[in-house]
Amino acid sequence: MTNLTVNLPGLNLKNPIMPASGCFGFGKEYAQLYDLSELGAIMIKAATVEMRLGNPTPRVAETAAGMLNAIGLQNPGLTKVTGEELPWLEKFDVPIIANVAGTTTEDYVEVAREISKAPNVHALEINISCPNVKQGGITFGTDPLVAQELTRAVKDVASVPVYIKLSPNVTDIVSIAKAVEEGGADGITMINTLLGMRLDPKTGRPIIANITGGLSGPAIKPVALRMVYEVRKQTDLPIIGMGGVATVEDAIDFMSAGANAVAVGTANFVNPFVCPEIIAQLPEKLHELGYESVEELVGRSHRL
Amino acid sequence: MIRQERMQVVGQKEIARHIFELTVQGELTAEMTAPGQFVHVRVADSFEPLLRRPISVAAIDPVLQQFTMIYRAEGRGTSLLSEKKPGDTLDVLGPLGNGFPVEQAEKKAYLIGGGIGVPPLYELAKQLNEKGIQTVHILGFESKQAVFYEEKFKELGDTHIATVDGSHGTQGFVTHILNELPKDFDTYFSCGPTPMLEAVQWAYPEKRGFLSYEQRMGCGIGACFACVCRTTKSETDYIKVCSDGPVFPAGVVIA
Ligand SMILES: Cc1cc2nc3c(=O)[nH]c(=O)nc-3n(C[C@H](O)[C@H](O)[C@H](O)COP(=O)(O)OP(=O)(O)OC[C@H]3O[C@@H](n4cnc5c(N)ncnc54)[C@H](O)[C@@H]3O)c2cc1C
Ligand SMILES: Cc1cc2nc3c(=O)[nH]c(=O)nc-3n(C[C@H](O)[C@H](O)[C@H](O)COP(=O)(O)O)c2cc1C
Ligand code: FES
Repeated sequence: MTNLTVNLPGLNLKNPIMPASGCFGFGKEYAQLYDLSELGAIMIKAATVEMRLGNPTPRVAETAAGMLNAIGLQNPGLTKVTGEELPWLEKFDVPIIANVAGTTTEDYVEVAREISKAPNVHALEINISCPNVKQGGITFGTDPLVAQELTRAVKDVASVPVYIKLSPNVTDIVSIAKAVEEGGADGITMINTLLGMRLDPKTGRPIIANITGGLSGPAIKPVALRMVYEVRKQTDLPIIGMGGVATVEDAIDFMSAGANAVAVGTANFVNPFVCPEIIAQLPEKLHELGYESVEELVGRSHRL
Repeated sequence: MIRQERMQVVGQKEIARHIFELTVQGELTAEMTAPGQFVHVRVADSFEPLLRRPISVAAIDPVLQQFTMIYRAEGRGTSLLSEKKPGDTLDVLGPLGNGFPVEQAEKKAYLIGGGIGVPPLYELAKQLNEKGIQTVHILGFESKQAVFYEEKFKELGDTHIATVDGSHGTQGFVTHILNELPKDFDTYFSCGPTPMLEAVQWAYPEKRGFLSYEQRMGCGIGACFACVCRTTKSETDYIKVCSDGPVFPAGVVIA
């Protein structure tokens, strides 16, 4: 029997596959389609202290093998997430990774402290990398020292392990990874979306109302894979890899490059069953490659 | 219940310029509960183009387990869709959203559609007529070549056509026709471009009306917050067009 389990700080996963934050809401919609207990974990939509109404529409635009989004972190706010969304998810046997966002350090600290108290939240994912909010967010993720201080502040108050979600919109992602490691991060999730834009060919006007948006989907996979590979070379921290994963082969690639687990974002929109399908295909794929467990596969590209 | 199914293509025909009528067969048809629901169609098995395309259900045949979509082949996705032939399969996710509340109409309803907003009104007209409700159809198109289903609507009730260039029916927009018609109906239903929906609401502030909205979509099932609009209820109230709509009572959505 192939062993799909993965043990990471706070996370004893039955398999390494989970939906990525913002692409799965708080689980309700996909629960109409399949049993969420099949998933390794669920990364829920970002929560902020107060509710956010997000950006004007259009918020999404299709691009070659990808899409841009500028949702603007729309969410019902911390109280509703801890009071309604998280309790609803308790009926499933699946650990929740709570995505935390904000515009100031105090915001992050408050959300991290409160949301980590929820019984089914087994880890936090600190979103220092959302390209779609005007202040904060992105600056936290592009300056190593700022990222490190934020990591420390969140670690001080969180009652579960803290994973920092890195932005690809930097010249040297490894320096950010090293900085948050020194700040006490328990793990890294990567990557968030790449800042991009698309124009209306007739008018030259940007299609996204926010002008720019974050690029995701198969188009970004080579960039994401390279970044996971580079970060893995320089740190032993657990990495949850993502960016364009749509097939079991993609998931294998990320784990080969050094990711301990893999998140699937945009592909859920294309194929709502993509996560359970990848999970079902993993044992045979691993077997074909001559591995008995996910853990044996992780990082194989570095051992060649 | 929402399903994903590889449905059988049983017919595809160009019924007006760039306008295609596509009929598919499969079990998903049985899940459809109201006219005005839509499906999310994957046009290619590859990841280019990536996203599904939202298309309304234009007609349902429960006996044959078939339903029909009518769409304009415009961009990359819909152009690829127009290449599907009988015998091919089509990856359909649906039915999605909440349709028109047929039970709200009493005796006589106005059905007001523009362009690719016309298709869902056809199944609506059929169901209203089956319930004994009289329907009047006011349909707007770009030009004569873009007009479709005129005869089919005529079989169900009075049908008025407007074209922007005046090449068929009244010249101008559907609102030009509305101004000439009596207000002797109890309920109106409308689907089309947002400016048209706004104009229709303005024309009948005192009537009960239901409007079907369009927004760019990601997931189509309520998970990604791509398709959100504010509402008139409060500063912080919002709806998702895909899962709360696409049909809403008049006066609610700030589009
Ligand atoms: C609920 C709903 C029901 C619809 N029903 C019909 C129908 O019955 N018949 C029909 O012809 N059209 C319908 N549309 C519009 C249809 O979805 C678009 O025309 C289609 O997605 C355009 O795809 P494309 O490949 O031609 O264009 P592209 O330019 O290649 O599309 C690029 C991206 O933009 C999106 N997009 C472009 N135009 C629209 C639009 N007007 N609305 C939403 N997304 C858009 C596409 O889905 C795609 O993600 C409906 C839209 C919605 C939201
Ligand atoms: C519509 C949408 C909303 C997203 N919202 C969030 C979010 O709230 N928080 C976050 O950390 N990442 C968010 N992301 C980024 C994804 O979690 C993921 O990092 C990125 O999309 C790359 O993975 P993918 O190519 O598989 O989608 C969002 C992505 C999309 C497409
Ligand atoms: S399209 Fe994703 S929430 Fe409506």
